[in-house]
Parts: sequence; structure tokens; C-alpha cells
Amino acid sequence: MSATRRRFLVAGAGLGVALIVRPAAATPEELAAAIAAYTGGAKVSPGRVSLDIAKLVDNGNTVPVVVSVVSPMTPSDHVKAIAIFNERNPERDVARFALGPRAGRAKVETRIRLATSQKVTAVATMSDGSFWSDTVDVVVVLAACLEGDI
Amino acid sequence: MSRIARRIAAIALAVAGVAHAQGDARRSGFDFMSPATQAMQRDDTSNPAMLWVGDGEVLWRAAAGRAGKSCADCHGDAKTGMRGVAARYPSYDLTAARPLTLAQRVDACRVRHQQAPTLAPESRERLALESYVALQSRGMPIAPPDDARLAPYRERGEKLWRARVGQLDLACAQCHDAHAGERLGGSVVPQAHPTGYPIYRLEWQSLGSLERRLRGCLFGVRAQVPPAGAIELVELEVWLAARAAGMAVDAPGVRP
Amino acid sequence: MARAIVTVTQTAKRGDVIEIRTLIGHPMETGFRVTGEGARIPRDLIRKLTCRYNGDIVFGAEFFPAIAANPFVAFHTIATESGTLSLTWEGDNGFAQTETVAIRVT
Repeated sequence: MSATRRRFLVAGAGLGVALIVRPAAATPEELAAAIAAYTGGAKVSPGRVSLDIAKLVDNGNTVPVVVSVVSPMTPSDHVKAIAIFNERNPERDVARFALGPRAGRAKVETRIRLATSQKVTAVATMSDGSFWSDTVDVVVVLAACLEGDI
Repeated sequence: MSRIARRIAAIALAVAGVAHAQGDARRSGFDFMSPATQAMQRDDTSNPAMLWVGDGEVLWRAAAGRAGKSCADCHGDAKTGMRGVAARYPSYDLTAARPLTLAQRVDACRVRHQQAPTLAPESRERLALESYVALQSRGMPIAPPDDARLAPYRERGEKLWRARVGQLDLACAQCHDAHAGERLGGSVVPQAHPTGYPIYRLEWQSLGSLERRLRGCLFGVRAQVPPAGAIELVELEVWLAARAAGMAVDAPGVRP
Repeated sequence: MARAIVTVTQTAKRGDVIEIRTLIGHPMETGFRVTGEGARIPRDLIRKLTCRYNGDIVFGAEFFPAIAANPFVAFHTIATESGTLSLTWEGDNGFAQTETVAIRVT
């Protein structure tokens, strides 16, 4: 896979023409490394986490996501945290949420930015110290007609 | 039956016929979006456009200008005073001697009756008032006024709609009439009805007016872009409202 | 002061799991954008959102540049007692805003 530099026009809110210069394309290894740094190297098992995100998005600027985790959410068995990571944005981190037994339900909803087609991974930290995850491959396309400084 | 009554009846039939006839193929841009984006628009607690609507509600009640009056002082509660108003715009304005869009009319009101300074196109305050007023027509049919004075502008608007322009040599009609529902790049081409405006456009990461969208589209085909407020843009809006007559307002919309 | 919309039920039964929906107006400038002239547009982000229930932190969120403009976050909490839910957003350039909502729990 070649490291491709891509430049594209983004209309700013009154900020005139803005170009994003992306660093050389991020790699799946970087995503794995970011998750490993987050878990302190502990094993992350796929499962128990459901990352609900469209497989083909209308626009990469605003992508709704819902992360839900199967958990009784009791003081002895609950989700402590949920983190979302991406594969190819300029930075791997998207968001980190701190939950706990007072949450009642391990379900968080937000809207994220995706610069290009890539994998998105949600990681849940359980009260017993285990880590679980779900990954979705998302297709992101640029707007067909680009606006400049008008 | 009087001439006026007959004309009203004819329009009502035409509007009803156009909107509800079986085989009315017109669809709001809402129908061309993914379920996730549709969900964003449907939910007033999370539709980003409601941030501007909230500002508009505050501005509606705030005294402004040398007159020290608020919109509410003359128009009362917007829910009743502005009900159905946005659905009738663009509308011919006697003082300006030309049609005005909703945002232009709000601004004219501020200048004339509040003696307040003009609000720049796409400014936060102007969009806030426009979105707040547009919300009061949500669910109501687009109802262009039966006003002969609008006719020449509507005809010029339709001419613009069908004229090839720009380095890409494209007419609006080519994409939005002939190829609506197909894809340009990864994006679905909508029919380009004004029902959702002003919209929170994901590409802008902000709320914007139909005028902004038209200018953006003209830029996209590499045409000369008329300045904000240009009459050609109003003519296009007059035509678009006629073309969408009878369709339900779904402002403030969310669009890709 | 940015406009914020917080949506939560005003009344609940003790033990109910209630949903809190939050939306705030903010450009979330990533710091990756560059003007046509080549000047970098400075980063300007909301960094965190904290929810307190009668003073106790019940939820926290940390935002990175990949959070979309006009951040929306929805989460849950257990209705334990009547009182005040407060949402505090903090970010770059001294951005700090708190919205409070009263809740009655029976």
C-alpha cells in the first residue's frame, strides 16, 4: 500500500478555502499500537461491544456512532470506560468515555469525523480489568462538488 | 363564482393535484439521505440546526435597533404570527420592488421597522432568525403566492435552471431533473427542492441558506458565482418554490 | 456563551435508567486545516464534558479532534434522588460552560 498524500478543499465557516494536508497514510499497525497503549498491552477480545456505525456514510464530517456494551452495570460487574479509535485520521483517538455503575446502561452515542474510508474500533474496559472490542470498516467518500471561497 | 374565487379554487386544485396525485415523483432531499442522517433531522433534541433555532427564539424577543422594538412586539408569538410565512417565500416586496427571500425579508424588516443595522448574509443572527421563522412552517405545503408580479422572475429562474453554465457546461436540470436519484461520485443526486432550508449541511459543518447552496453549486460547475443578494439567485429561488409547490416544508433540515 | 441543548426527563422513578442528550454549538477546529495561503488554522476544541448529579460525577467524556463540530453526546444515568444534573464543557482558549437541569425523582 503506497503512502499517498491527498489534498482536498474544505469549505470553512467564513474561514475561506482551507486545505487539509494529511500526514502519510496511517497504518493498521498504528491503530493496534494506539489500542495497546490504551490497554497497557493487555489482551483485547472481540465481543460484548456493539459499534453501530453506517458502513457507507453520507459525509465524513459528521458520522453518528452508538457504542453499546452488554453488562449488568452493577457495582461488581460494570463497564468502566469506552474508547473509540480510528485507523486513518491524523490522530488515532476519537473519544474516551468514563462510565461506572451509576450509568445504569453502557450505551454512548456521539458524532465523529472520518477523513477517509477506514476501520473504527470501540474498546470497553470492564470492572474486572478485561477489555472487549468491536470494529467496523467504514466507507467514506468526499462530496461530489467541492466549494471554495465564495 | 367570482374571478378571484375561481382562481383560488384553480390554484388549490393544482397544488392539491400536484402534491397528492398518484405518481407525484417529487421527493424532498430528506428521502435521498442515509437513515443515520435522517435520524439526525427527525430528532429536535439532536438536530444541530436547532442550535440556531434556539438563538433565533432569543433574538425574536430581543429589542433591537434605534426603535428598541423586538420582532415579538409587532408580530407576537412566532408560533402563531409566523405560521405558514416561510412557505410563501420568496414573495414580492413593494418597497424593494422585487421579490425577496425569507432571509432578505427578515433583514428588510429589521432595517425598516427596528431601525437596526442590516445582518450580513450567512451571519449567525440572520440564519438564527431565518431558521426560527422557517420552523414555524414545518409540515405545511410550499405555497408560492399567486402574484403576477413574480411571473417574470420565475420565468428567468426557470431559464437559469435549464441553461448550461460554467466550465463543466452543466445545467441544474441535467443533474437534478434528469439524473436525480443516481450517483455523482459517492453522493446521491437529490431533486434539489428547497423544502428543508435553511439546512445544517454536514459538508459545511454549519447551518446555511439556500442562497449559499446555490452559490456553492455554481462554484462546483466552475461558473461565475453571483454575489450574495444577486437577483439571479432570487429568481432561481422563485422558480424552485414554484417547482416544489405543494411539497411539505421540512425545515430546518440536515443534509450531507 | 455557546448555545447548548440538554434533553432529559424532568421526572423519574427511583432506580429508572434515564437518558441525557447533549448538544453544544462549537466549531471543533481540528488544527489540521490550512488556509489557501498556507497558514495553519489553530486548534480550538472542546476537550471534555463532565456530568454531575447533585455534585457527584456520573459521566465523563474526553473529546479529540475527530469529534464532529457542534458535539453531540448521549449517555445514561440511574435516577437516584431529586436534584440537579449539571453538564460542564471545558476546552481550549478558556472555553468553559455549564448547563443545569432539575430532576424530580419519586
